[in-house]
Amino acid sequence: MADVRPLLRSELLPPKTSARRHLISIADLAREDVERLLALSRTFARSLERDVKKLPTLRGRTVVNLFFEASTRTSSSFELAAKRLSADVMSVKSSGSAVEKGESLKDTLLTIGAYDPDVIVIRHAQIGAPHFAARFTDAHVVNAGDGKHQHPTQALLDLYTLDEELGGVDGLHVAIVGDVLHSRVARSNVQALVLMGARVTLVGPPPLIPRGIEAMGCQVSYDIRDIKEADVVYVLRMQRERMVEGANYVPSLREYTARWGVTPERLRPGQRVMHPGPMNRGVEIDPAVADAAESLVERQVRSGLVVRMAVLYDLLTQGPVEVKVAEIEEVA
Amino acid sequence: MPLQVMLFGRNGRKDSLAFENVRVLDPVHGIDEPLTVRVEGGVISALEPAGGSTEEGKVLAPAFVDPHVHLRTPGREDEEDMGSGTRAAAAGGYCAILAMPNTDPVVDSAAVLGALVEEATRVAEVPVGFLAAISKGQQGAELTEMIELAERGAAGFTDDGRPVVAPGLVRRALQYSAAAGRPIAVHCEEPTLSRGGHVHEGLVSAEIGFGGYPSVAESVMVGRDLALAAYEERPLHLLHLSARESVEELRRALEAGVPATAEATPHHLCLTDEAVRSLDPNVKMNPPLRAEEDRKALVEALRDGTIGAVATDHAPHARHEKEVPFEEAPFGVTGLETAFSALYTQLVEPGVVPLVTLLERLSAGPARIYGLEPPTIAVGAPANLVLLDLEAVWHVDEGGFKSKSANSWLLGSQLRGRVLQTVAAGKLVYSA
Repeated sequence: MADVRPLLRSELLPPKTSARRHLISIADLAREDVERLLALSRTFARSLERDVKKLPTLRGRTVVNLFFEASTRTSSSFELAAKRLSADVMSVKSSGSAVEKGESLKDTLLTIGAYDPDVIVIRHAQIGAPHFAARFTDAHVVNAGDGKHQHPTQALLDLYTLDEELGGVDGLHVAIVGDVLHSRVARSNVQALVLMGARVTLVGPPPLIPRGIEAMGCQVSYDIRDIKEADVVYVLRMQRERMVEGANYVPSLREYTARWGVTPERLRPGQRVMHPGPMNRGVEIDPAVADAAESLVERQVRSGLVVRMAVLYDLLTQGPVEVKVAEIEEVA
Repeated sequence: MPLQVMLFGRNGRKDSLAFENVRVLDPVHGIDEPLTVRVEGGVISALEPAGGSTEEGKVLAPAFVDPHVHLRTPGREDEEDMGSGTRAAAAGGYCAILAMPNTDPVVDSAAVLGALVEEATRVAEVPVGFLAAISKGQQGAELTEMIELAERGAAGFTDDGRPVVAPGLVRRALQYSAAAGRPIAVHCEEPTLSRGGHVHEGLVSAEIGFGGYPSVAESVMVGRDLALAAYEERPLHLLHLSARESVEELRRALEAGVPATAEATPHHLCLTDEAVRSLDPNVKMNPPLRAEEDRKALVEALRDGTIGAVATDHAPHARHEKEVPFEEAPFGVTGLETAFSALYTQLVEPGVVPLVTLLERLSAGPARIYGLEPPTIAVGAPANLVLLDLEAVWHVDEGGFKSKSANSWLLGSQLRGRVLQTVAAGKLVYSA
C-alpha cells in the first residue's frame, strides 16, 4: 500500500493574513523570541528599581483582562503590568457579567471587541478560548491560561526566574512533580524548558502522567526519589476542579501526599523548589518546603510582573530588541 | 420468511434519460467500458456500445448508498430535515440512505417510525430507510418491539450515538432480532474508558491537554460484541470503526466465520488526530480521529473488503453549537455531499485504493449489509446512477451545501472529482 500523508486541516485552510501578533502558546515561539522577551523583562526589572515606577510607553493603549476563571497572581500582575506601562486597563470577570446570563464566549468577545482594545488578556476553562479571541476581535491576544492547554506567561516567568537565580536554563535538570495531566503549566513549561535546552523529568502517579507525553522531549518517572537528581523541583497543584468525577486518578489525597508529596526529606540540601501557585500546603508541598530559603515561589510572583510588562510591550511595539531596550531605558 | 426491506421516498416521475458515450464502471457486474446507457420510465432499458469517443474523466457508476445518516428529524429540524437531508444525499451521488434513530423522540415505536415513513413518502428526494432503536429511548434497559418495527419498515436496529453498555442486552437484541429478520448495528464505546474524552488519546492529546478517548474504549466493545455475535450466530454490523485494534478484532472474527460487517467514515479514512491541533470543532466527532497507524489500518481494511462499506455518519449541527471552544462543541460532522470527492482525492488519485473498489464500498457494499438490492447497471434494473467528473476541481465552502448545516471537516479545502448527476429510483434527483 502506498504511503500517503493524511490530509491535515491546517494545510487545507488558507494561510492567515492577519499581521497581528499574539501570545497563545509556547509552541509558537522560537528561541530568539524567548530571549527577546527575557531581555525586555530584565530591562523592565531595572526600570522598576527607580522611585517612579510608571513608564509612559503604552500611554493611550487599552488592555482588557478577561478572566473567566479564578485568578489572583495572573490577573493582578497583568493589571499592574499594564498600569506600570501607562496603558488604560479594564478587568472583566465572568462572575457578575453577562456570562452568568448565558452569553456565549463569541458574544462576550464581540462585545469587548467593540471597544477596540489593543490587547485582550484572556483566561478561560476551555482549550482554544484565546484562539476565539483572536478570531472574533482585532486585538492582540495574550493567553493567561486556557483549560489544560497552555499558560505561556507562566512558563516565561519561570524561565526568567531560573535565569536570574541560577544563571541560565541551558543544561539545567528540572523535575516537574504531580498532576501533569490537568496542568497547562506543565505543558507550557515542558515546551519552554526543552526549547531553552533544559532536561525535564515528569514525576507523578501513572494516571496523572499523560500517555505519550515523552514525545514532547521529556522523561517520565513514577518514583518520587528521582526528584533528588534534579537541579530544580517544580511542584504542581493537584487540580481537583479539573478531574472527572469518579475517575480514580489517585485513591486518596492522603496516599498521594504520602507517595508524591514534596517534603524536606525528599529534597537534597540546596535544591531549588518552584510552584506556580496557588499551593495546597500539606498536599503536594510540605509547608516547610514552601517556606524554606530554597523556595523560589515568591520570586516567581515578582518575575510575573516584569515578564508580563515585557509581553504587553513586545506585542504592541515592533522592531529588534536593542531598539526596544534603548527606548525603555530612554523613557525610564 | 425474511421481510422485504423498505425504502421510502416521494413517488415522482420516472425519467427517460440517455448517457451517451460514457465510461461505465459497475463493480457488481465487473463492467468497465465505454457505453451508451438508456433509461426508459425509470428503468435501464439499453446498454449499447459507445458510438463515439468518451469524454475524459466522466464515469457513470451505480449510485451510492449511505448506511449511516443523521437526518435530525424529528426534533432538530433546524439542523436538517427530510427534504434538506435527502437533497444533500442527491448532491453526494446517493440513491438511498439509512437514517439513524437517535432523534427526539427516539425512533423506538411504530408510531414514531410511521410518522417518519409518511413524511419520507411525501418529501424525501432520495429513498430513505430507517433504523429503529435497540432499546426504548436508547436507555439501554428494555428492548423495543422489534417485530412490529420491522413490519412498519425498520431496516435494522441500533442505539447509535451511544453504546449498549450491558452485554446481556446486546445478547437479547441479537437473539430477538432473528425473529424480526433484521440486523443489529452497534456503536462500540466503553463509557468508563471514553468518559471525559474529546479526542484520541495519544501524542496530540498529551501535548494539547484534551481529555483522551483511547482506542481501547472502542476495541474492547468490538471484541465483546463480536464474541456475542459468534455465540448467537447472528449478523452484527459495526458502526464507524476508528481504531487499528478494532480492525484486528474484526479480522479475527471474520476468519472464524462470525457473520460480521463493518463501515468506516470518510473522515476516519482521510484524517488523523493531527487535525485537532487546529482546535476546530469541525474535526470533533465520536469516535475521534485517531493516529496514522489507525487510519492506515482502516484504509487497508476498506481496500481488502474487511470493512465493506463507507458510511458518512453525516451529523449536522447548528452553527452556533459548533462556534464554541472545542471541548464545548458537540461531536459530529457532515459528510453526504463530500464523501466521494474526499475519498477520490485522498485514496484513489494517489493510487492507494482502486476507483472500482471505492465505488463498490460506496454502493453495493453498504446495500448488502442491510439486505438492500445493490444498485447496478444492467438492462431491466431500476435506474440508480451517478455521473462523476473525475477531472473536476472544486473548493468546499460554507455556502455550497444543500444540507441545512455546514459543519464539514472539509471547509476551505480543494477536492478533485465531483458528482455531476444523480438518478435515484428512476428519477433524476441532482444535476450540478
